[in-house]
Amino acid sequence: MSKAKFRVWRGDAGEGELVDYTVEVNEGEVVLDVLHRLQATQTPDLAVRWNCKAGKCGSCSMEINGRPRLACMTRMSTLDQSEPIAVTPLRTFPVIRDLVCDVSYNYVKARQIPSFTPDPSVKPGEFRMQQEDVQRSQEFRRCIECYLCQNVCHVIRDHEENKEAFSGPRFLMRVAELEMHPADTADRRLAAQEDYGLGYCNITKCCTEVCPEHIKITDNALIPMKERVATRKYDPLVWLGSKIGRRPADTPKVPNT
Amino acid sequence: MSDIQRHSYDVVVIGAGGAGLRAAIEARQQGKRTAIISKSLFGKAHTVMAEGGAAASMGNANPNDNWQVHFRDTIRGGKFMNNPRMAELHAVEAPDRVYELEAWGALFDRTKDGKISQRNFGGHEYPRLAHVGDRTGLEMIRTLQQRVVQLQQADAEEHGDPEAMIKVFAETTITELLKDGEKIAGAFGYIRETGAFVLFETPAVVLATGGIGKSFKVTSNSWEYTGDGHALALRAGGTLLNMEFVQFHPTGMVWPPSVKGILVTESVRGDGGVLRNSEGKRFMFDYVPDVFRKQYAETEEEADGWYADPENNRRPPELLPRDEVARSINSEVKAGRGSPAGGVFLDISTRMPAEEIIRRLPSMHHQFKELADVDITKEPMEVGPTCHYVMGGVEVDADTGAALVPGLFAAGEVAGGMHGSNRLGGNSLSDLLVFGRRAGLGAVEYLDSLGDARPAVADADLESAQAEALAPFERETGENPYALHQELQQTMNDLVGIIRKASEMEQALEALAKLKERVASVTAEGGRAYNPGWHLALDLRNMLIVSECIAKAALEREESRGGHTRDDYPEMSAEWRKVNLVLGMNDKGAVTLRRQDLDTMRGDLVTLFEDDELKKYLTDEEQSAVQRIRETEKGE
Repeated sequence: MSKAKFRVWRGDAGEGELVDYTVEVNEGEVVLDVLHRLQATQTPDLAVRWNCKAGKCGSCSMEINGRPRLACMTRMSTLDQSEPIAVTPLRTFPVIRDLVCDVSYNYVKARQIPSFTPDPSVKPGEFRMQQEDVQRSQEFRRCIECYLCQNVCHVIRDHEENKEAFSGPRFLMRVAELEMHPADTADRRLAAQEDYGLGYCNITKCCTEVCPEHIKITDNALIPMKERVATRKYDPLVWLGSKIGRRPADTPKVPNT
Repeated sequence: MSDIQRHSYDVVVIGAGGAGLRAAIEARQQGKRTAIISKSLFGKAHTVMAEGGAAASMGNANPNDNWQVHFRDTIRGGKFMNNPRMAELHAVEAPDRVYELEAWGALFDRTKDGKISQRNFGGHEYPRLAHVGDRTGLEMIRTLQQRVVQLQQADAEEHGDPEAMIKVFAETTITELLKDGEKIAGAFGYIRETGAFVLFETPAVVLATGGIGKSFKVTSNSWEYTGDGHALALRAGGTLLNMEFVQFHPTGMVWPPSVKGILVTESVRGDGGVLRNSEGKRFMFDYVPDVFRKQYAETEEEADGWYADPENNRRPPELLPRDEVARSINSEVKAGRGSPAGGVFLDISTRMPAEEIIRRLPSMHHQFKELADVDITKEPMEVGPTCHYVMGGVEVDADTGAALVPGLFAAGEVAGGMHGSNRLGGNSLSDLLVFGRRAGLGAVEYLDSLGDARPAVADADLESAQAEALAPFERETGENPYALHQELQQTMNDLVGIIRKASEMEQALEALAKLKERVASVTAEGGRAYNPGWHLALDLRNMLIVSECIAKAALEREESRGGHTRDDYPEMSAEWRKVNLVLGMNDKGAVTLRRQDLDTMRGDLVTLFEDDELKKYLTDEEQSAVQRIRETEKGE
C-alpha cells in the first residue's frame, strides 16, 4: 500500500476546478479503483461513469495526465506517481458533472448512417459468408464505443463548429464496416464524403493511437473508405450520368425493416 | 410534484441489455409505442461482458445436433430443476433468434462452408455456440442497438420523428413500480444526469434488469447488477423463484486483487485449456460426479483426443457444468493445492501455438496482458470462482414472460425457472433473445386485451415514491452507503457463498436484519445531479432484499444441487427436486417463503432421457410414471 496524489476535475457544465486529493493505492490497482476509493472514503458524490471495469463496455473514458484513456485499463504502476496524477473529463464533449460528459453527439451521428441493408430475398438463416470476408468488418465491430477516438480527433477536439458536418472516426469506421459487410447492398460512399465529412480527415492516426481495442481505424477503415469514395467519384459511368443531368443513385435512407 | 417529467407509453422495458432490447424491438415491431429504460448509456449493458457465445442447435458444426439434444443438455445442466416448458421453448427457438441477428447485421465467425461457426462449451454435447471470437456479447448488444436505430430511422421517415415509436431513456433508473388496484400503471424513477424525477405511465412493464452479483464481494458483474428488477417485482406483489441458485463461475481472475472476480471465459476450456493445481496435476479427473460419469473422459489421452475426434472420445472433465468445476476448484484450494494468489492454474499456453491463442481468445489475451502483466500464450492464468449469475428470479409464465402481477413481465437473467439450479454457458445469450422476444409479445397481447381501459397512477403513490427516493438527502445523520455496501458484500460472500451451512446462513440472516435497519437510515451528500453516492443509497435496499431472499431460500433447501451447495446436506435429493421455493413480500416489507411443486416434464420430453440417468434424479414414484409413459408409447 502506498499513497498517491490525485488532481481531479470537479464541477459541472458551467465551471469547475482541479481538486487535490491524497489517496491510498494498492498493488495492481487501476485508476478507476482509486477513483472508487475516493468516492467511498472522501467524496461520495464524485461523478464517474463506469460499468464493466474490464475494458469491455467503454464507459470510463477520461483524460489521465492529458491522455485519453479508459480508467479501468490504466494501471497505477504505469504512471509516474512522483507528480500528482491529473484526471479530467473528455475535452471534446460538454461536461455534465466532474468526470462525466454528455456524449449524445455520438448517438445522433450513429442514427444518420443508413443501417445494414441486406438483399431482401435472402431469408434469415440463408446467409453464406466466408471467414476471410467477414474479418474486415469484424475488426471494426470490436469497437466498444468508448469515443476516445472521437475525443482525440483534431477535427472536432477544439472545433465545435465542425461537429455538425463531421461524424468522427468511430462513425466513419461504421460506414466502412457496412461498406465491407459481405451481405450489405447499399452504397454509402457519397454520403461518407458529403454527409459524414470523410474529407475532413487528414489521416494523422490520432484515433488509431488511442483505440483501446487496437483497431487500425485509419489504415483499415478510413483510408480504404477514402479510396472507395475516390473510385466512385471518378467512375466513368457516374461521371457520364452527372453530365447528362442524372444524379448518381444515392444511398437509400430508409432501411428495409 | 411539479418537477416530475411525465411520459406515456404502451410498453416500458426496464433494462437495455439483450433481453430488454429484444423485448422492446418486438413490442415496437408489433406497433406499440415503447420506451427502453437504460441504467447506463445505450449499448453498455452487462450483455457486452458475455464472451463465449449463444447456444443454438443449428447443427452447423455437427449435424447430429437438434433442439431435443439441446433441451436434454439444458435439463442435465440444471439438474432437472428447470421449468421444462421454458427449456423446451428455448431449445426450439434459439436458432431462429440467432439467424435473426444475422439478418440485422451481426457478423458471427464462419464455418468453411460459410455458415455460422459453433464452438464447444461446458455441458453441451455438440459444438453449439454461435460466437464472434470471445466477444459475442458485444456483437449481440451492438446488433440489437443498431436494430433499434434502424427502426428509429424507419419511424423518422414515417412519422417525422425517430423517437415517435421507440425511445431510449439512457442513464435512467426506475425505483418503484406503481399500480392501479392489482394492475401495473406506471414506473417511477430518476434521470441520472439531472436527478430529475420521471414518471412513465404505462400498463405494461417488462423487467429485463439482469442479475444480483453486486450483493457479493467477488463477482464478475458490473455496478448495475443490484437486483433492481427482482426487488421491483417483489415490492409490486410479484414472486421470486429459487433464489438460492446462484452461479459461481469457476474461472474469474484472482490476481491482482483489484480485478478479482473479472471473468475468464469458459471458451479457454472449450478451446483446449486445462486446469492444474500447484502440483501440476489435471485435477478435474478426480471430480467427475456419478451423474456425469458416462459422458466424461477418464484419462488425459482420451480427453485430449476429444477435441479432434468427439465421436470416439469422451469429453474432458474441464468441460463439466460450471457448478461442478467451481466446487472442484474450491476443494483444491482448500486442500492446500492452490496457486500463489489463492486460485488454480488455467493453462492454454502449452496447448496450442501463440498465434492460435491470440486469434481464438483475443479479449483474454488482452485482458491478462493489460491487467495482470500475464502473457497467456507463455504462462498459465490464475483463476478461481466468482459470483456470475443468478438462476433464480421472477416467477413467470413460460410462454409470455408474465409475472403474477397483471401487466408485469420479466425476461433474461431477472426471470427464474429457465436454467433450473445451474445455467450452462451459452444458454444465457440465447435465453435473452428467446424470452426477450416472448416477453415483448406477452406485453403486446396483454395490452390488446386491456382495450381502452388503461390503469391510472394515483397521486399519493407518486408522492410516496418521490419521498422514498429523496429520503437519503433528508436524513441528518446516517451511514455512508459505500461502507454499508462493502459490509453487505462481505456478509454474502462469507456466509452465503459457494459452500453453505445452516449456522452460517442463520448468522447471515441476522446480519442482514441489522443491515436493513442501518440501510434505512443511509444518507447522501451533495446535489441530485449525477450523484453516485445517492444512487448507491437507493440501490442498497434492492441488494438487501435480494440478499435476504437468497439467504432464506438457501437455508430452506436442505440438499445440494447446482448453484446451491450445502456442507451439511451434501447430497442431491429426489424429494427436494420437486420443490420450488417461492419468495414474496408481505405488507410489512418482510420476505415470505413457501413451497410449490415444480411442473412435471411432458411425456415426450422426459422420455428423451434413459432410465439410468433418470434414476439419479427422480423419486421411485416418478420413475414408475415414466415407465408407464414408455409403455403407452410402445403400445401406440
